[in-house]
Amino acid sequence: MRYLLRRPILLSGLLITTFLFVVALLSLVWTPLPPTKMQIVSKLKPPLSVGLLGTDHFGRDIASMLMVGAWNSLSTSLLAVAIGATLGTLVGVFVAAVRGFTETLVMRGCDIIFAVPPILSAMMLGAFMGPGRFTAIIAIAVFMVPVFARVTLGAANQIWTRDYVTAAIGMGRNRAKITITHILPNISNQIIVQVTIQLGLAILTEAGLSFLGLGMPPPTPTWGRMLSDAQTYLGQAPWMALMPGMAIALAVLGLNMLGDGLRDLLDPRDQS
Amino acid sequence: MILLLIARRFLGLLLTLLIVSVLIFVVMDLLPGDPASVMLGTSATPETLAALQRQLGLDQPLAVRYVTWALAALKGDLGTSYTYGVPVAGLVGERLAVTVPLSLLAVALSIIIAIPLGVISAGRRNSLVDYGASVLSQVFIAVPGFWVGLLLVMLFSVTLGWMPAGGFPGWNAGLWPALKALILPAVALALPQAGVLTRVTRTAVLEVMNEDFVRTARSKGLSEKTALWVHAVPNALVPVVTILGLQFTFLIAGAVLVENVFNLPGLGRLAYQALTQRDIIVMQNVILFFSGLVIIMNFLVDLAYLAIDPRLRAGVR
Amino acid sequence: MGSTFLRASTTLSRRAVLLAALAAGLGAGLHGTAEAAAKTTLTLGMSVEPPGLDPTVAAPVAVGQVTWQNVYEGLVTINEKGEIKPQLAESWTISDDGLTYTFKLKTGVTFHDGEVFDSTAAKFTLDRARGPESTNGQKRFFQAIDTAETPDATTLVLKLKARNSSLLYWLGWPASVMVAPKNAADAKTNPIGTGPFKFVSWTKGDRVELAANPNYWDKSVKVKLEKVVFRFVADAQAQAAALKSGDIDAIPEFAAPELIEDLKGDSKLATVIGNTELKVVAGMNSAKKPFDDKRVRQALMMAVDRKTLVEGAWSGFGTPIGSHYTPNDRGYVDLTGVHPYDPEKAKALLAEAGYGSGLTFTIKAPQMAYAQRSSQMLQAMFAEIGVTLNIETTEFPAKWVADVFKGSNYDMTIVAHAEPMDIDIYARDPYYFNYKNPAFNDVLKKVEETTDPAAQEKLYGDAQKILAEDVPALYLFVMPKLGVWNKNLTGLWEHEPIPSNVLTNVSWTQ
Repeated sequence: MRYLLRRPILLSGLLITTFLFVVALLSLVWTPLPPTKMQIVSKLKPPLSVGLLGTDHFGRDIASMLMVGAWNSLSTSLLAVAIGATLGTLVGVFVAAVRGFTETLVMRGCDIIFAVPPILSAMMLGAFMGPGRFTAIIAIAVFMVPVFARVTLGAANQIWTRDYVTAAIGMGRNRAKITITHILPNISNQIIVQVTIQLGLAILTEAGLSFLGLGMPPPTPTWGRMLSDAQTYLGQAPWMALMPGMAIALAVLGLNMLGDGLRDLLDPRDQS
Repeated sequence: MILLLIARRFLGLLLTLLIVSVLIFVVMDLLPGDPASVMLGTSATPETLAALQRQLGLDQPLAVRYVTWALAALKGDLGTSYTYGVPVAGLVGERLAVTVPLSLLAVALSIIIAIPLGVISAGRRNSLVDYGASVLSQVFIAVPGFWVGLLLVMLFSVTLGWMPAGGFPGWNAGLWPALKALILPAVALALPQAGVLTRVTRTAVLEVMNEDFVRTARSKGLSEKTALWVHAVPNALVPVVTILGLQFTFLIAGAVLVENVFNLPGLGRLAYQALTQRDIIVMQNVILFFSGLVIIMNFLVDLAYLAIDPRLRAGVR
Repeated sequence: MGSTFLRASTTLSRRAVLLAALAAGLGAGLHGTAEAAAKTTLTLGMSVEPPGLDPTVAAPVAVGQVTWQNVYEGLVTINEKGEIKPQLAESWTISDDGLTYTFKLKTGVTFHDGEVFDSTAAKFTLDRARGPESTNGQKRFFQAIDTAETPDATTLVLKLKARNSSLLYWLGWPASVMVAPKNAADAKTNPIGTGPFKFVSWTKGDRVELAANPNYWDKSVKVKLEKVVFRFVADAQAQAAALKSGDIDAIPEFAAPELIEDLKGDSKLATVIGNTELKVVAGMNSAKKPFDDKRVRQALMMAVDRKTLVEGAWSGFGTPIGSHYTPNDRGYVDLTGVHPYDPEKAKALLAEAGYGSGLTFTIKAPQMAYAQRSSQMLQAMFAEIGVTLNIETTEFPAKWVADVFKGSNYDMTIVAHAEPMDIDIYARDPYYFNYKNPAFNDVLKKVEETTDPAAQEKLYGDAQKILAEDVPALYLFVMPKLGVWNKNLTGLWEHEPIPSNVLTNVSWTQ
């Protein structure tokens, strides 16, 4: 505990993230009001006059929508990162084990994915599959795969040159076994740090996709769509834009700080 | 030897572009809807539709259309927009007049914010200033650019009325009106970049400060300030510039959203429009332009590394 | 000493002159434009940029909203009341059998490039629109025409295959304007017509500029504007800001009703709520279960409280409708009472149709605000009668046209039908509603065959009643024309019988 207190970044990251997860999980069983309940008579009411954080253009309770939005945003991002991290790590350790032409091929593939701006390819994906949670997850995961592949490959390549690994190769152990017993355990810290940081990025991307109308369909509240709905109400109901934006910023901030703190804790060598 | 390496990287670059262009052509063709039916709307008869498709060359097989386009592109003819009916090169050129100044402005802003902030927090490591800068840079990274855009509009356009809420008057309207329209979007674009850059600057400066020559300089009695600004900062700029290059991808991705929020007729908006109108030719060129830029940036960064880091060069030899 | 003084003074004066010139230049520039704006320049904002400027080859209404009556004119025109008036044809006669139309054309009319408008040009235009290579979005208009003949330069004779009482009206549409034969191929990017304004330039993604045509044929009209700029601003917030700052003088079709209240507060601006032909209807796929059952469609209609829907979706701006017809169309009958809001009765009717335990289906809703918001309102209202509505945002136009319009792959959808007097879409086959009712088709056929306006109006009334009873689509509301413009502007159309921005009579009062 004292250790945590000496690391304010890690501690605040942990607190913010925990808070968000608690709110998100709570929304599954309880929200102040049903988040999709429309009350046209009490539309565009400011915070505290109706509900804790006011109402939107349909008279829905913004606080409740934000809570459910937290769940949608976190779960979508978690799934996307989980898919991206798993596939990316697998590709990374595989390539590190075989090297050679495969490495060139995979790295070229990563280049191709990186070459198209993520928002544009997500828009094409959206036009193709239609908007929805699945589209958002795939669009985000596609970009996570090369990120994790590169991180894993770089880290794994270093481990492969270590003496004990060279020794293991000399003893005739097969490469798959070495990957499992030596490589993966030694790079897991870097992957965990990367997961936290990419989670923040995923939340930002998911919000952007929802903002463009490529996220989950209504009436499911998402932070991005709440923001896009708020655009024409900036003058009359600024809280409609303020609240979801702050929620996104808080979530990303929490995850980034957690990632930073974890990096200091687990991976003190690399501090960029 | 080093030339061979560059040549090989360059070949790889061309190959990447080629694959990207084929991918976009195929994906755009697979999308439901085609430019002809978008243009003709809901009252057109099937034969009208067929006539327009014939005129646009859409009745040709995909492979033929791709090869025709690619061959012409090699000769410098980027093709004609399906919807606008004008050469794409001109369209892209018009839009670059918005996107390039916007990106440059954003880069400049992020440098102006980030370098001093990063250097100062490195100079006073673990002080309150350092923590403050750290939190600030985290916040910059965490806020979505399009949200910042909305807030800026709310404050400076809706409430104060100082700035236009969006749109671009064109450079013909004069330098100031045009710049004025770009300031808010540039700020929205610059903040996340500034956040990343602050952190990179801080780390880079700290690393250089620990290197021998700076230590020597300090032990010779140079003031902390001089050591920092004269010796550490210039040497720390290399990684900073590298990150700037790499962040360019994110800048462009951000520009797509921000141009939509601010209704700027830039390249990002053109891509968005082209997508909704299924204008394959325009989409193809815009994405190729973007990806070409990204790939070339990466290429340059690699080259820069080669030039700077003697160890890498030794490895090549 | 004298010489020193002199030199000093020249240096000073040279610098002063330079400064003064600079200041004057800047000042004059600014002043000049400001002055001009107050007199003869109009900057008009639109939400959508047209994808080309030739209304005879591209269907989107934005094309006509820039060019119709400004650059291009037709044989006949449609005025603000929706009436047919002569334009390039000064008169016409229709034979007793209704099969021969003889137009007497105006003389002395030239296109902007100097080409003469005569019967050859008119025949060229119509043949181009109905020929095999035609890409006219409204080609069906001209399919009744059998031959176009030109006995002399000022006479055009159209022979019809069958009676068609709508032909004259259709000839007034943007899709039927007269194009210059030599220019036709380039008209998409360089439109040349006979209208009071000439095309000057098009900065894609931003603006189209027009200038007054000094040689305009109609000397009875005094065109006061010298320069017109159409600016394309998609975002409603930006539109509002541009109106307030004076960057844009007029937005005849303002995009966001929720901002109207705010704009009303601006003393510089006039907000003018007029009529349009934009009917927001939620079409259902009658070829598909359960929508093949009339009772289900009727039940859904009765689940909708139109007034609340308009309040929630369009800030209360809009008139509820009971059929595919607007109050400004001739022969309108108010049929909102045929299936009034009655959730209890709706539930009972659903149960009768065998869906008492509930019903789940999907609405393919375009991304536009009106469609998204209306869908969410429908979702909430249907929930009250035990119907679960899933919303699937479907990109308009590309994916919507492919999926819904051509593919008929949908349960329910929602769009605003912009074309005036298009009740005949329910008789078209194929059409995305898949609504088939021979009785309805009969009524519309009779409309085409009769020339008596009173009889036609009565028949249109019958057609409306059939639709209100059968509910092939949920009839929701007519969108109003939310016009916002500078108080000193006069002559802009308050109503919109056809999507347009007619600027012929627009001027500044000060």
